[in-house]
Amino acid sequence: MSGELFTLTYGSLVAQLLKDYENVDDVNRQLERMGYNIGMRLIEDFLARANPGRCYDLRDTADKIQQAFKLYLGVSPSIGSWNPGGDEFSIVLETNPMAEFVELPDHCLGLRYSNILAGIIRGACEMVQMEVMVWFIADQLKGDNVTEIRIKFVKRLEDAIPAVAEEAEVQSAVKPPSSTRASPCWSGFRTEDRDSQRPHCSAHRVE
Amino acid sequence: MTIHSLFILSKSGGLIYQHDHNQPSIDNEKTFSYPLELKLDLQNRNIVVSFGQRDGIRVGHMLMAVNGKKVTGHQLEDGREALEVLRDEANYPINLKFARPRLTTNEKIFQASMFYPLYALACQLSPEPRSSGIEVLEADNFRMNCFQTLTGVKFMVISDPKQSGVDALLHRVYELYADFALKNPFYSLEMPIRCELFDEHLKTALEQAERSGLSNV
Repeated sequence: MSGELFTLTYGSLVAQLLKDYENVDDVNRQLERMGYNIGMRLIEDFLARANPGRCYDLRDTADKIQQAFKLYLGVSPSIGSWNPGGDEFSIVLETNPMAEFVELPDHCLGLRYSNILAGIIRGACEMVQMEVMVWFIADQLKGDNVTEIRIKFVKRLEDAIPAVAEEAEVQSAVKPPSSTRASPCWSGFRTEDRDSQRPHCSAHRVE
Repeated sequence: MTIHSLFILSKSGGLIYQHDHNQPSIDNEKTFSYPLELKLDLQNRNIVVSFGQRDGIRVGHMLMAVNGKKVTGHQLEDGREALEVLRDEANYPINLKFARPRLTTNEKIFQASMFYPLYALACQLSPEPRSSGIEVLEADNFRMNCFQTLTGVKFMVISDPKQSGVDALLHRVYELYADFALKNPFYSLEMPIRCELFDEHLKTALEQAERSGLSNV
């Protein structure tokens, strides 16, 4: 399928959100939330198609995210700027296929246009038991040379690990289902509740 | 070479999809004269053959109909107790229909969630660290293959023990799940899957797997 249709569809989504909310912060938050819901579903598709195997290291994860970008957006970002602790890295996009025909108007400079990507990465990682924080630190739409997405590993979601015993985590595997993070009735609004309880990534602003 | 049924369990252990593909159905109808040679018992509010196996009617089969009238639980359509009717000589000769009992939806949900702790238990019993749970469970007339995804969803196929290519089939079902259930915007996660497109594609995949029995699913 032509990528242009996708780019244009996304563009009209963002434009509509701007019209509906009239506040760029709300739009940023809404895009992130939409992305989160997409990511939770998209991860299954990625696992089924690419069959990447489990990650035991953030560098593995970085490789797989790179692979996913290739699969879904047709671009090969570069991975870099690791912090010394090895729990934070950047994805650098030379071109951002989502913002191909976009110029930001003056009144929405605070808008993180491709914020949906941040949500997608967060949602997808959460489904494979990793809590991450994702935010944009450079954006071509704002005059930077490249688009750079920063990913920080927060923690392993122990209680959501499916019973595929990981030495120390075996205990958690046999807890009754009710205590796992995934209550059997996640629907849209439940997800929102969950969202509001955690520190939100939108706290990070592109300066 | 048959595939009997497929189960999908969500990561919290709930049954979110079940499909009976090729269940052998055994129906036996026979006219009996007084006294009845079969010993019938009431089990779980159903009337079940407890002793006396003949003409394809086996121990464990359930009474389905009396003289063509359906039996629900232990009662006839007209509200009479089936066992009373059978006890009365005046009703003979009598035509009885027996069949193998089918699992009700509730029983399926119950059994699927029973598997969840078994799977987790298997990880713990394993002498090797980082073991997976039960992947294959074999009995003399069926085999169950289970595939758990990294996100914790379990796919289980119950098939003939000689059926080959089940692993490939499970992977194919995972792809279908990712495509037709998760990409359906009206499907909410962790809820039972009611998507017609998914049903259709799944049926095709199961038939294909059955026909070829090979890995080219």
